[in-house]
Amino acid sequence: MNKIALIIQREYLTRVKKTSFILMTLFGPILMAALMLVPIWLGLKDKDIQIIEVIDETGQFINQFENSLTLQFDYEFKPIEEAKAAFYKEKYTSILHISDLGKQTTAQLYYKKQPGMSTISNIESTIEKGIRNIELKDKFNITKAQLDEIQPDVKVNPIALSETGGEESKNVGISTVLGFAGAIMIYFFIFMYGIQIMRGVIEEKTSRIVEIIISSVKPFQLMMGKIIGIALVGLTQFSLWIILSMGIYAVAMAAISSDSVANMVNTEQMMQGEQMNEMTKAASSTGLEAQISGMLQQIPIAKLLISFLFYFLGGYLLYGAFLAAIGSAVDNEADSQQFMMPVTIPLIFSFVVAGTVMDNPDGALAFWLSIIPITSPVIMMVRIPFGVETWELLLSMALLVLGFLGATWMAAKIYRTGILMYGKKITYKELWKWLSYKG
Amino acid sequence: MTFLFTLILFNYICSMEILHVKRVYKTYAEHKALHNVSIHIDKQRIFGLLGPNGAGKTTLIRIINQITGPDKGEVFFEGERLAPKHISQIGYLPEERGLYKKMKVGEQAVYLAQLKGMPKKEAIHKLNEWFDKFEITNWWDKKVEELSKGMAQKVQFITTVLHEPKLLILDEPFSGFDPINTNLIKKEILELREKGSTIIFSTHNMESVEEICDDIALINKSRKILDGKVVDIKNEYKTNIYEITFEGNLIAFTNALWTGFELLSTEKKDNRIVAKVKGIQKDTSLNKLLATVLNDVNIIAVKEHIPTMNEIFIEKVNEVMPDDLPEEMEG
Repeated sequence: MNKIALIIQREYLTRVKKTSFILMTLFGPILMAALMLVPIWLGLKDKDIQIIEVIDETGQFINQFENSLTLQFDYEFKPIEEAKAAFYKEKYTSILHISDLGKQTTAQLYYKKQPGMSTISNIESTIEKGIRNIELKDKFNITKAQLDEIQPDVKVNPIALSETGGEESKNVGISTVLGFAGAIMIYFFIFMYGIQIMRGVIEEKTSRIVEIIISSVKPFQLMMGKIIGIALVGLTQFSLWIILSMGIYAVAMAAISSDSVANMVNTEQMMQGEQMNEMTKAASSTGLEAQISGMLQQIPIAKLLISFLFYFLGGYLLYGAFLAAIGSAVDNEADSQQFMMPVTIPLIFSFVVAGTVMDNPDGALAFWLSIIPITSPVIMMVRIPFGVETWELLLSMALLVLGFLGATWMAAKIYRTGILMYGKKITYKELWKWLSYKG
Repeated sequence: MTFLFTLILFNYICSMEILHVKRVYKTYAEHKALHNVSIHIDKQRIFGLLGPNGAGKTTLIRIINQITGPDKGEVFFEGERLAPKHISQIGYLPEERGLYKKMKVGEQAVYLAQLKGMPKKEAIHKLNEWFDKFEITNWWDKKVEELSKGMAQKVQFITTVLHEPKLLILDEPFSGFDPINTNLIKKEILELREKGSTIIFSTHNMESVEEICDDIALINKSRKILDGKVVDIKNEYKTNIYEITFEGNLIAFTNALWTGFELLSTEKKDNRIVAKVKGIQKDTSLNKLLATVLNDVNIIAVKEHIPTMNEIFIEKVNEVMPDDLPEEMEG
């Protein structure tokens, strides 16, 4: 068997057989799902209903507050002192005391347990709405029903009009989510598997087996075998995660009956409705689904997946080469910190500016960062869901290929010298010298 | 003519030489590691590569292993220029040794043999033989980190010889072994030579050199300063000093000596005299000494004082660089 294939095989099998790999692969999707679902579930569960006792001395707000999913208003006609005294015997979570009416109405909210910010602002807007309605009626003699009739509902639909006249509408929201998800995953994968290369190199160096191995194979073969082997581990884990996630999704969907799904959709809609001002209220549940699938259809899924694989591999090979070189130059992981900095900074930087890029996905910053190889894996993933010109994508890909070839060439030179160098504190000057060694 | 040519070719193929290092130079940045070093190693010999730390031994070994290349000069393996295909015929046990700690012993040994170009099945078969021989069959599925240092060393030795290399390079093979295992490994080395292997044995432990080496080369400060058969070197460096114990008249003894020997010291023990004498001529021998004094005194015992390799080593190293201490740098 080819020697490099042997090395790839060993690097792959030893890692895939590790308990930590198996556990991570099995529980990764469950953990991710839990991470996303638990807060939603807790949010739904914890939404206890606030029953507010309204003591309205002005008499203007009677039945003016709209009950919502989480807020329920009960109107009582008794002096505030009496209500306060009886507060802990009653079912009410708080007492709203309105003693005065005007533009700057202040109301007191007495509570047992501190209400959240959202509850207070909810009550505030409800009171404001109530006051507005009262004033409209008092001053202009307009009823709420009349007002609703003239309530406009405007949605801006952005449509890209190409030179040839083709129209394409894009949803910014879903692009943002996909762009961000792609950037996070690329960043995370490059780091996770890149560090594994470095650890592997350091392990071989400190256990001193490296000298035996390079008496059988070329240092370059050992380095590439390791990098490729770990890439395959990454791809294996990634595909298993996708398969498992889909499995979990299917199981979860089957477990939750269609009723509760509909319920959930309804609740979500109502929650959104509260905040987004009737925007989605009109949309029925089927309408919403159609809307989402419509959004997804606008996104080039295949292009996204292929680009993801390409930029993951390209970025991983680029950073992996640097990390392999670092691993070869140091004696233990603690020493690697000083060399890690310049390598991780561009990666972290590209992750940090991802937000800015999203705001202006075709700007100069976005363009250049998605072309330069050290930042392109993360930034291009951010841009692709918003649509990127083909020539830009091809240029970026070509430069990334050149980038990792160059990085591998440099890394091989450092690696070759570094792995045989023990017990010496290596400086950048030293690394530079190694680059010029021959033979 | 054709016959002569065939004869030369035949001679060449059957040549006893396995390795020829020809005028090799190697420099690292500012450090000169090898300077015009040439060595010949014949087949089925144990060749001692000696020298203080930092002399350039490891660099030479790395060049033979094709881990690094010489700046100048050539290396020939069995008459052919050293090439990647020779890797499978060389086995290397580095001084700083180690194995993958988390990998199982058997798996690891097979992997290393495969990297040397041995088919997997054959490697497994041979490995079983070695494990039987060393009575360690139950180690196959153990992880290396579970083994003691001595146990790991044994495994390491097996991985070095598993692919049956023609040339074995052992860098300080006995360091880390207890006396029992040292003997075991020594026995194996000698056996491997009997079976046809050639062994390069790099060390600065002179005792083991005298015990098992046939030939040596001494390297100091990047240059080869001495080489040849151990026997020849010892002869060359013999001091011509003999120690002779006799009964009889000291004056008669001294008189008999005067033509060819010089009396260095005498010591009287009961009625015996122990005398140290040094031959004046270059071609003195024990026989000549005996012939000189045979008729005058009653000889009880006589022995030649032969320098140990250690003495030669120290003498040679100091001769070249009298006041430099060897640098503590390997490379």
